[in-house]
Amino acid sequence: MKMNKNYNYAFIDEGSKREIRRTILKAVAIPGYQVPFGSRELPIGRGWGTGGIQITLSLIGPEDVLKVIDQGSDESVNAVNIKKFVGLCTDVKTTVKTGEATIIQTRHRIPETPLRNDQILVLQVPIPEPLRIVEASEEKTKKMHAERDYAPMWLLLYESLIRYGKITIGTEYPLMVEDRYVMNPSPIPKFDNPKLKDSECLYLFGAGREKKIYAIPPHTFAESLAFDDVPFEKESFKGKRCRLCGSEDTYLDELFDSATGERMYQCSDTSYCMEVRGCI
Amino acid sequence: MYLDEKPVLRVENLTMRYGRGCPHCMESLEKNRCKVCKTVWALNDISIELFPGEVLGIVGESGSGKSTLMKSLYFDIEPSSGGAYLRDYKDGGVNIWSASAAERRAIKNNMMGMVYQNPVLGLRMDFSSASNIAEKIIAAGGRNAGRMTERAAELLDAMEILPSRMSEAPKNFSGGMQQRVQLSKALANNPSLLLLDEVTTGLDLSVQAKVLDLIRKIRARYGVSILLVSHDLAVIRMLADRTIVMLDGKIIERGLTDQILEDPQHEYTQQLVHSLI
Ligand SMILES: [Zn+2]
Repeated sequence: MKMNKNYNYAFIDEGSKREIRRTILKAVAIPGYQVPFGSRELPIGRGWGTGGIQITLSLIGPEDVLKVIDQGSDESVNAVNIKKFVGLCTDVKTTVKTGEATIIQTRHRIPETPLRNDQILVLQVPIPEPLRIVEASEEKTKKMHAERDYAPMWLLLYESLIRYGKITIGTEYPLMVEDRYVMNPSPIPKFDNPKLKDSECLYLFGAGREKKIYAIPPHTFAESLAFDDVPFEKESFKGKRCRLCGSEDTYLDELFDSATGERMYQCSDTSYCMEVRGCI
Repeated sequence: MYLDEKPVLRVENLTMRYGRGCPHCMESLEKNRCKVCKTVWALNDISIELFPGEVLGIVGESGSGKSTLMKSLYFDIEPSSGGAYLRDYKDGGVNIWSASAAERRAIKNNMMGMVYQNPVLGLRMDFSSASNIAEKIIAAGGRNAGRMTERAAELLDAMEILPSRMSEAPKNFSGGMQQRVQLSKALANNPSLLLLDEVTTGLDLSVQAKVLDLIRKIRARYGVSILLVSHDLAVIRMLADRTIVMLDGKIIERGLTDQILEDPQHEYTQQLVHSLI
């Protein structure tokens, strides 16, 4: 891809980038707290990851190597479009290998390869407010965060236990960060929640439409909500393995062959799967 | 009997007015409204004491201020002036209306239970009965799901609701059962003060009798002090040790319930008692 010299480097003007970086610093200083920011217009529709892209664009420089994934795949339309756009306004290299990237922008997954301290994972967030499912009013959820009043959230989890015998929230499973703020990890599966706790890398969360940025810095205590006597449980793929690479410890997508009626599984993190197989 | 003990609740000079008030208010009241400045004095200088294990009845018609008193105590509304002191909150030394938001939540959840006439105000009608009870425990910091479920079963059982129905939502229950779920919820954290606001109003007489019976049992079993508000002197007669009569935002008569029923002093109380016979 050829960089278009008519654009400012990384598209956003330097003043706006600085403002976004200041927001990021504040988010890092108060882990789990949603910091408002003046979300910019991009030539990409809101709802297509503009919050995450603004974070990436405000941080990225010529030395960086970028990886973009969507639901675990480097080749999905959304991931390819974002890479194209970044290619038009920067000269950074892109990669599919998790280990090579300095910045990874993602939606719906955290890579299987453990991330390092010199890497930043940027997550695209549609609805940053974890309390939205229990309280519709922004004014009230703000107050609940300020007063650390998370009883309605706990009640929702308890109700789920009473009705279904287990907690039924699948994605966007809330975490308590540093025993202070309840946070929405974005629509990643519960499988990825434990990766947010005491991590090596910096996690940044960007919501473009809702104009919020929040963060989980390295080695932060970010614990999925659970009752004392009912531990948090992530999805289990016990007895199942990837049909391509044979992995038994990754998040698996289920495939259904309607011709044979057979159910198959394969890694949702496609580049990890390829690396295991030695394809890349 | 109780009078040498420290009261569970002491309310001093509670006033709730809607309007700015004027120097002529007290001489110009028509019912509870000042003819000069139109200010409404919903509660006018109310002082009460509630002693351990006691049921204090508050009787009055609608507009007398009795529900406003209950709502102020449960922080549903903010009074204009006055103080309320709970034995359990800083040993009765600090006005609960000066407490911070977090302290108010703690007071409400740990020290008080409230049952509203309208169950919609007190319950989440779509949530299970167990969750309705657990809500109080969670709000007080409880994080053990098994223990919450045990407590819910125990309280529903005490209120004569089969614990097997705890996963059902109150919206599927009869009015009497909804009040019993409210009572279970109110008792979840073993509060020292129970606020009952017209809890049997609107229920069939036979259902009323059952709920009143349960309230009597609650008092015996949990030793909780009860502030019981009703427009119905028959309800008050059945439960209250002492009674306060309210009219137009003011206390017009107070005494032992039997004494008030046998020898009412105020003209309005006399009317109430005569209509009962
Ligand atoms: Zn695989």
